[in-house]
Amino acid sequence: MTTITFIHSDNRSQSVEAADGDSLMLAALTHGVDGIVAECGGNAVCATCHVYVDEAWTAKLDPVSDDEDALLDGTAAERLPNSRLSCQIKVRPALAGLVVRIPDRQS
Amino acid sequence: MNPTGLSAAVAPAIPRLAIDPFSYAFFDDPYPAHQEMREAGPVVYLDQWNVYGVARYAEVYAVFNDPLTFCSSRGVGLSDFAKEKPWRPPSLILEADPPAHTRTRAVLSKVLSPAVMKRLRDGFMAAADAKVDELLARGSFDAIPDLAEAYPLSVFPDALGLQPEGREHLIPYASLVFNAFGPPNELRQQAIERSAPHQAYVTEQCQRDNLAPGGFGACIHAFSDSGEITSAEAPLLVRSLLSAGLDTTVYGIGAAVYCLARFPDQWARLRADPSLARNAFEEAVRFESPVQTFFRTTTVDVELGGVVIPEGEKVLMFLGAANRDPRRWEQPDSYDVTRKVSGHVGFGSGIHMCVGQLVARLEGEAVLTALARKVGTITMSGTPKRRYNNTLRGLESLPITFTPA
Ligand code: HEM
Ligand code: FES
Repeated sequence: MTTITFIHSDNRSQSVEAADGDSLMLAALTHGVDGIVAECGGNAVCATCHVYVDEAWTAKLDPVSDDEDALLDGTAAERLPNSRLSCQIKVRPALAGLVVRIPDRQS
Repeated sequence: MNPTGLSAAVAPAIPRLAIDPFSYAFFDDPYPAHQEMREAGPVVYLDQWNVYGVARYAEVYAVFNDPLTFCSSRGVGLSDFAKEKPWRPPSLILEADPPAHTRTRAVLSKVLSPAVMKRLRDGFMAAADAKVDELLARGSFDAIPDLAEAYPLSVFPDALGLQPEGREHLIPYASLVFNAFGPPNELRQQAIERSAPHQAYVTEQCQRDNLAPGGFGACIHAFSDSGEITSAEAPLLVRSLLSAGLDTTVYGIGAAVYCLARFPDQWARLRADPSLARNAFEEAVRFESPVQTFFRTTTVDVELGGVVIPEGEKVLMFLGAANRDPRRWEQPDSYDVTRKVSGHVGFGSGIHMCVGQLVARLEGEAVLTALARKVGTITMSGTPKRRYNNTLRGLESLPITFTPA
């Protein structure tokens, strides 16, 4: 289990104990974190699992793949340099304390 | 019969059922049979067509997500391309496995990406507003031809860049494609017998010269200039959008309207908050599962749900049954516009998961948003009539009366 903190667009913060190996998207869905819609269920089609990764963490994640990069161009909320798709980030112990912000809209 | 070589003592028996999932009686009411299959076990055997079946969510998900073991290149219908000549040249994406699939899929993913949807959005929304205004002025109409068919026909062929002439072939061609995934029953045989004019139209329209600049079709052909695909492959990929992109959304929008007409409490929630439109459409795709089934073929002997399926067998996935499996869903048989519906398999799952799902959702959201904003009541003013297809579930006729908001 790895602690991940989601910050909602109204600044409410919600920490969850995520199972290692799950995606960040799945961790949000299984713990009732609203605001991650994940229409495609993690198959890298929809871009409705968009998050902004806290600046302190961006460099610690695996780099953005070409597919993810193309999808990020279609997010509903503005794409920022720290934009990621939460279904493409795997929870692992090294990410303990990770903080991500949820945009105000996903579609 | 024990083809796996395991002794009967260790190999758990696979329940054999007499259900014919391609019969008119099944289409009229599939739900008791879905339940019977789910309860019988994680894997069943259907004697009528000599195929394995999976109807629980967990096994349907597992088959979708193991494409090396459960392949698509031997056909995603009953016909095994290793034994039987396909009725048309196979699809380069739907009926392909990695690595061939990976390449063609990448092209269609780019053509139908979230960024492309942003550009289409305003036009699709405006067309839905206009359609709903027109139907409100009429008051009573048949929601299948007049809305579920008319709306996609007003946006999708143009988005693809099709010529105005001959579009009346589109729905019959798609209906043929989806009937042809089924067994050699009356529906499939008749569809194939009548297929020649529709096939000729589609083959012609997939050529580069016939596709308007800026549309999905022209974009696909452009990828043959940059070498991602060959110029011989491009027309076949355009064909995939002609096969899978129109009739599916007709059934999807039809399903959503049918749900809203049947469940007034859900319609009231959608009216109160039109931002639920997209989820209300998605939930209709789970609830009715317009695409009911797809097959895979095993490439090796494989254990699934505690039993062994030998190599070279057809496995039939029941998407509609998985989407109502009580092991996965709370209150699976109720239509709930606020349900957290992520994870349903109405668009499939894994590497073949619907590459056009964003187009489908955009159309669904557009129609349901226009309804929620403009329409006061939706009532059924006659008895709905079912349309029979070996793969698609939906209606032939849905008499509806609207009153304005
Ligand atoms: C409500 C509407 C729709 C439903 C329910 C639906 C359902 C599905 C399903 C279940 C699959 C998976 C097939 C498999 O795993 O063998 C699929 C694949 C596919 N769909 Fe859709 N679809 C819809 C709309 C569309 C649209 C609008 C398009 C095109 C614009 C489209 C194009 C495709 C294509 C090309 C594939 C093959 C993808 C691949 O094999 O990688 N579909 N669809
Ligand atoms: S859940 Fe669809 S792209 Fe992440």
